[in-house]
Amino acid sequence: MDILSLFIIIPMLTVVALFFANDLKRARIIAMIGSILQFGMSINLLIRYFNERSVNDSIMLFTRDLVWFKDFNIHYSVGVDGISVALLILTSMVVLAGVFISWKMEELPKEFFISLIVLSTGVYGFFISLDLFTMFVFFEIAVIPMFLLIGIWGSGPKEYSAMKLTLMLMGASAILLVGILGIYFNSSADGGPLTFNILEIAKVNIPLEAQKLFFPLTFIGFAVIGALFPFHTWSPDGHASAPTAVSMLHAGVLMKLGGYGVFRVAMYLLPEGTLHWSWFFIVLAAFGVIYGAFAAIKQTDLKYINAYSSVSHLGLVLFALLMLNKTAWNGAILQSLSHGFMTALFFALIGMIYERTHTRDVTKLGGLLKVIPFISATYVIAGLASLGLPGFSGFVAEMNIFVGAFEHPDVSYRIATIIAISAIVVTAVYILRVVGIMLMGPVKNEAFLTLEKVTWYEKTGIFLMLLPIIGIGVAPLWLSEMIMESIQPFIQGVL
Amino acid sequence: MDISYFLLLRQEISLLAIALLLVIFEIFISEHKKSAVVHLAVLLFGVHTILGFLSLEEGALFGGMFRTNSLIHFFKNILNLGVFIILLQSAEWIREKIIIQNRGTEFYVLLFSSLLGLYFMISAGDFLMFYLGLELSTLPLAALAAYEIAKMKSSEAGIKLILSSALASGISLFGISLLYATAGSIYFADIMGTVTGSNLTVLGMVLFFAGLSFKISLVPFHFWTADVYEGAPISIASYLSVISKGAAVFILMILLFTVLKPLMDYWENMVYLLAILTMFIGNLFALRQQNMKRFLAFSSIAQAGFILLGLITGTQLGTATIVYFVLIYIFSNLAAFGVVQSISLQTGKENMKDYEGLYRTNPKLSLVMMLGLFSLAGIPPVAGFFGKFFLFTAAASKGYYLLVFLAVVNVTISLYYYLLVIRAMFLRTSEDAIPYFKNKTYMRLGLVISVIGILLLGIYSPVYDYIYLLSSTFN
Repeated sequence: MDILSLFIIIPMLTVVALFFANDLKRARIIAMIGSILQFGMSINLLIRYFNERSVNDSIMLFTRDLVWFKDFNIHYSVGVDGISVALLILTSMVVLAGVFISWKMEELPKEFFISLIVLSTGVYGFFISLDLFTMFVFFEIAVIPMFLLIGIWGSGPKEYSAMKLTLMLMGASAILLVGILGIYFNSSADGGPLTFNILEIAKVNIPLEAQKLFFPLTFIGFAVIGALFPFHTWSPDGHASAPTAVSMLHAGVLMKLGGYGVFRVAMYLLPEGTLHWSWFFIVLAAFGVIYGAFAAIKQTDLKYINAYSSVSHLGLVLFALLMLNKTAWNGAILQSLSHGFMTALFFALIGMIYERTHTRDVTKLGGLLKVIPFISATYVIAGLASLGLPGFSGFVAEMNIFVGAFEHPDVSYRIATIIAISAIVVTAVYILRVVGIMLMGPVKNEAFLTLEKVTWYEKTGIFLMLLPIIGIGVAPLWLSEMIMESIQPFIQGVL
Repeated sequence: MDISYFLLLRQEISLLAIALLLVIFEIFISEHKKSAVVHLAVLLFGVHTILGFLSLEEGALFGGMFRTNSLIHFFKNILNLGVFIILLQSAEWIREKIIIQNRGTEFYVLLFSSLLGLYFMISAGDFLMFYLGLELSTLPLAALAAYEIAKMKSSEAGIKLILSSALASGISLFGISLLYATAGSIYFADIMGTVTGSNLTVLGMVLFFAGLSFKISLVPFHFWTADVYEGAPISIASYLSVISKGAAVFILMILLFTVLKPLMDYWENMVYLLAILTMFIGNLFALRQQNMKRFLAFSSIAQAGFILLGLITGTQLGTATIVYFVLIYIFSNLAAFGVVQSISLQTGKENMKDYEGLYRTNPKLSLVMMLGLFSLAGIPPVAGFFGKFFLFTAAASKGYYLLVFLAVVNVTISLYYYLLVIRAMFLRTSEDAIPYFKNKTYMRLGLVISVIGILLLGIYSPVYDYIYLLSSTFN
C-alpha cells in the first residue's frame, strides 16, 4: 500500500466504522480517531517528503499509477509535490479541529460525521490526483455532502443556502467537465493516445484555438469554488447557514480547491490560454478583492463578515496566480494556507460565541473580552493575522503577493495591484470595527455575565488552528522554500 | 437445417417455455394456493436470467430474419436483469392486489410476451421481424397499463398507450415501406448496400425514426409518457421507462449505425436537435412535478435526451457508452421506482410532500432512494456519473462541444429536482411522516440488487471494458 492511497482509505474506513456507531459518544470517538490518524499520516508524509525530495528531483513524488478505464486511458494516478503536501496538512488539521468543535453535535451525530469525513475524502483525493478524471470525481465527492451538511444541521434559511451552494458549485463543475473533455481530446502528441494525466498533457502543445476556447471554461469551473466575483454569491449564504465545523471546513479547505485547480490544471495545461485571458480575470479578481472587503464593512452578522472577508482574501489568491510570476505564486499558495487556518479559526470562534450568546449580530454583542477572555483574545489574534500584521501568516502571504504582483512589467497590471493593495486598509476597518464593538467596552447584556467557560475540546480545536498561524508567521522560510521548489516546474511551463 | 441452429433462439425459447409453464400451472393449481404463481414466476425467471449468461454462438436464422451476436445477447441479459428486478419489486403488489382478482398468471404471461417481443425486435435481421417484435412488445403492455381495473387512471393509461403506440407503429410502418420502395428489400443487409441519400429514403428514415421515438419518448413524441406512467401500475411504469425504452434505444442505435449509416449526414442533425429538445423539455417539466410517478416520467424523458449524445457519434465508442449507460440507468431508475412502489403499496402515498421526514422513520429506504437519484443525477462515485461522463466523452470525441455544454447545463437543472426529493426526505421533518415499515423479502432483494448495481457498475471498470469489446461487432 502506498502512502498516498492511505489518505483515501483511512477516511473510507472511518466512514464504514461510523455506520455502526449508534450514539454521539461512539460517533465522535471514531471520527476523532480517524482524523488523528489522518493528521499523523500527513505529518509523516511531510517528513518523508523532505527526505525523498533531497534525493529525488522529479516533479511529483510518491507516485502511483493504476489503469482504471483502459479504453479512455483513465488512470487512478496519484502523486504529491510541496504544494499538495502543505494543503494536505491544512486539510487534516482543519478536519481534526472540526471534529473537536462538533463535540456536542446532538442531532443525528452519526450522519453528521459521515458527511464530514466523506467531504474530507473528496478533498484529500483532489489534492493528490494527477489524473483529470480522478480529480474531477473527487471534486464532486467533496461538494455534494455540503447539501446535507448545511441542509440538515444548518441554521437560518438553510434549505435555500444549501440548494444555492450545491447548484452553483455543481453547475461550475459541469462547466469544468466540458473544459476537461476539451483538454482530453487535444492531449495526444502527434497521433498518440489521448490521456487524462496532467504531467503527460503538460508536455503536449495544445493548439492555440483550443486553449483560448477551453481556458475560460476550466478557469471558471474551478474559480467558482474559489469565490471568484461574480460567482461568489453562494459563499456568504452558504457560510452563514452552515454549522460551525462545516463553515470551517468549507472556508478553510474546500474553497482552496479553486485556487489549486486553477494552478494545477487551467494554467499549467493551457498556458497560452492563460496569457490570452489573464487580463480579463485579473479585473474580476481585483474587483472581488475590493468588493469583498467593502461588503464586509456593511455586514452586522459575524458569519457574513467572515464570508465576505473570504471572498476578498481568496480573490487575492486568484489575483496572484494570474500575475504569472514566482513570488506572486508563492504568495498565492501561502495565502491559501494562511487563509485556511485563519478562517477556520474565525468560524470556530464565531460558533463558540454564538453557542453562548445565541446571537451573531455584532450590534447586540459587547464587552465579551471581560466575560469570555480566552475566546475573545484568540479572536483578536485571528483578526490581526487576517489584516496582515507582521509575525502572523497573513503578512508573509500578502507581502509575497504584492511584491510579486508589482514586479509585473505592464503598467495596467501594476495599477490593478495598487487597487488590490488598498483592500488591506479596508480589511483593517472591518476587523477592528468588530473587535471594538464586540469585544471592548462595557458588557451590553446582563445575561453575558454568566457565560460558560471555554471547554477542553474547544481549546484543542483553537490551538490546532492557532499554532500554524503563528508558526508560519514566525518561521515561513522552510515552507516558502518547499513551495518555491514545487512551483519551479510549473512556472517554466507557463512562461 | 441442423437442429442446433435453434440454440441461437435459446433465450426466446426458454422465455416462451416459462410463459407456457405458468399457464399450465394455473390450470392445475387449487384455488387457495394461487399465490404460488408469484414464487414460481420469480424462480423460473431467475433461472432464465442466470442461464442467459452462458455464452452463445453468433449466427442468423430463417434466411436472415433473425440474427444474434454477442452484443445482442448481452443486451438481452441486461433486459433480463431489469425484468428480474421488476418481478421482485412487484411480487408484493401482485400477491396483495392481483391474485385475489385471480389475474396473477395473466400478468406474468403478458409481461413475458412483451419481453419476448423486445427480444425479437433487437434480434431482427429485417424490417418484418422488427415490426413483429415491436407489436408483440407493445400490445401486452397496453393491457398491463390498464391492469388496475378499479382505477380510472389506469384504464386511461391503457387507452393512451395503445392509441399512441398504434399511431407510432403506423408511422414507423409507413417509413419502412418507403425504405422498401427505394431499396427493394426489407433485409437490413441488402438495404445497407443500396441505400442512397434520395429524398424518398430520407423521408422513410425520418418517419421510421419518429415511430421509434415514441417508444423512447423523445420530445416531441413524449406526450403520452407522464400520463401513462402516472396511471399505470408502478411496475409497468418502471418496465416502460427502463426495459422497453432501453430496447428501443438499442435497436435504433443498431439501425442508425449500420443500415442507415450512409444517411448519417441527415440523421446527425436530427439527433442533435432532438437531443437538445428532449433534455430541456424533460428537465424543465420535471421541475414542478409533485407526483413521484410523473416526476420520474419526466426525468426518464430527460435521460433519453442524454442517451442521444451517444447516438450522435455513430462509432464504436457511441455503441459502448449507450449500452453502458442503459445498463446503469436500469439499475438507478429501478432503485427509485422500487422505493416509490414500496411506499405506495404500504401507504398509498405517491406525492413528494408525503416523503418529508422519511429519513427519520425509514433511513434505509431513504438511502436507497438517495443512491438511485444521485445515480440518475450523475454524481460520483455512484455509477450514473460514469455513464454520463462517458456519453459526454463520446459526443465530445466528434467535436460536439456545444451539445455537451448544453447537456451539462441540463445536468445541473436535473440536479435541482433530484435534490428536491432528497430535501424532502432528509432535510425536512414532518408530523405525519410515513411511519416505519418493513419490506417483504422480495422487495428488499429487488432493492438490494439495484443498489449493488449502482455502487459497483461504475467503479468496477471491467464492466465497461467488456461492453466496449462487445461493441466492436457492429462497427
